Amino acid sequence: MGNKTALYDAHVAMGGKMVDFGGWDMPLHYGSQLEEHHKVRQAAGMFDVSHMTVVDVDGESARDYLRTLLANDVAKLDGNPGKALYTGMLNEKGGVVDDLIVYLRDPGYRVVVNCATREKDLAWMNAQAKAFDVTLTERPHLAMVAIQGPEAIGKVKQVLGIEWTAAIDGLKVFNSVSRGDWFVARTGYTGEDGLEIMLNNEDAPGFWHALADAGVAPCGLGARDTLRLEAGMNLYGHEMDDDTSPLQANMAWTIAWEPEDRQFIGREALEQEKAAGVENKLVGLVLEERGVLRAGQQVVVDDSDRRGIITSGTFSPTLGFSIAMARVPVTVGDTAQVEIRKKLIPVRVVKPSFVRNGKSLV
Amino acid sequence: MSEIRSELKYASSHEWARLEEDGTVTVGISDHAQDALGDVVYVETPEVGQTVSAGEEAGVVESVKAASDIYAPISGEVIAVNESLEDEPETVNSSPYDDGWFFKIKPSDESELDKLLDADAYKAENDD
Repeated sequence: MGNKTALYDAHVAMGGKMVDFGGWDMPLHYGSQLEEHHKVRQAAGMFDVSHMTVVDVDGESARDYLRTLLANDVAKLDGNPGKALYTGMLNEKGGVVDDLIVYLRDPGYRVVVNCATREKDLAWMNAQAKAFDVTLTERPHLAMVAIQGPEAIGKVKQVLGIEWTAAIDGLKVFNSVSRGDWFVARTGYTGEDGLEIMLNNEDAPGFWHALADAGVAPCGLGARDTLRLEAGMNLYGHEMDDDTSPLQANMAWTIAWEPEDRQFIGREALEQEKAAGVENKLVGLVLEERGVLRAGQQVVVDDSDRRGIITSGTFSPTLGFSIAMARVPVTVGDTAQVEIRKKLIPVRVVKPSFVRNGKSLV
Repeated sequence: MSEIRSELKYASSHEWARLEEDGTVTVGISDHAQDALGDVVYVETPEVGQTVSAGEEAGVVESVKAASDIYAPISGEVIAVNESLEDEPETVNSSPYDDGWFFKIKPSDESELDKLLDADAYKAENDD
């Protein structure tokens, strides 16, 4: 029996097919992953993401600590409480310990990391914290619900009522607003507009049911994966890991090289990699024939003996054909071939982003 | 609980086989299998005219989640495939025992059917 979120009973009552996910009993779907996927693209869906790990970072040296720990620079958040930053947390080799979002609180910071990497992340964060005057506090009493889709924000306002309407209307993308334990952020993982809301475990079932009554579809991890892949968003353990640098994972934009004297962990390794020439990059693949691309399949690039590998692949419910993200030699052109069951199948190489705000990008 | 039809024979790998009046055998995957796979998005069937052996790979069914091989439950020649699955693979989810059949075999040895599981044995294997 795994860990249960505050919404476990609600999932079971709504017909969720429960599976183990990183030690948590989570809904895979509530009947049809495809219908849930379409609901998010066309209207509004909600996900229980309470299994993610929320850590508050406080203390005199919190800012200095995070400027060392993270490849992106939390100085970009200065003076804007509520603002969020996406970043990698790297090891000394420049590999990615985890990817995360850090929010500026007032005072302090809030970091949200993945669930499957929780213990590794906390051990790493605590080890690095020793040199700083900083306190790390996990917030297990917080549930987290992501509401995503073109109608998501309207539905949340309808449920939360007039007290929250103005605050939500004023919320820019990648910003948050908090009141007591309620923490509302305009972030997400689907390529649609929406909110991620943290709230007390006791409040979570009532909020979840109210959203359902307002017409927001409960969605499982299955739809979350096809949506994030269509959106070209990285998943830890697939597009990046401890041995893969952000330069090879389409995350170069999350590295703050300036100012030059900020010595974040992994900087030296990344500089060396850059100077030597980065060997691989993350691209998108589109399969125009019938079939489905899957993680682990090899990618043959014309003028390279080295093969690439698909890091995530699936059928795209929005597009109606298969798409994938793949790490391939940087010499890749506009086309490549994927080995599927011993046959080489041609694919088109695109930017690793396929659907945004319901529209095809390929 | 998924549906298990008493008139069918089953392979442990979740294919069902139905002996038709004309002596041919129709093959598909069980309700239990389609439920475990989730939304089916692609089906690759064998070629008509191809000879298959019992237990041999004869196609692939892919759901949003994963790809699974389909095995021939008995040996023989493939005499028909369900072409409608090309455009409507989701039929496997909605009608696994009827409209969602995969292919038909002219058996080379009808007694191979006796080696497959009956409904009770298949149910017992999948009760946990």
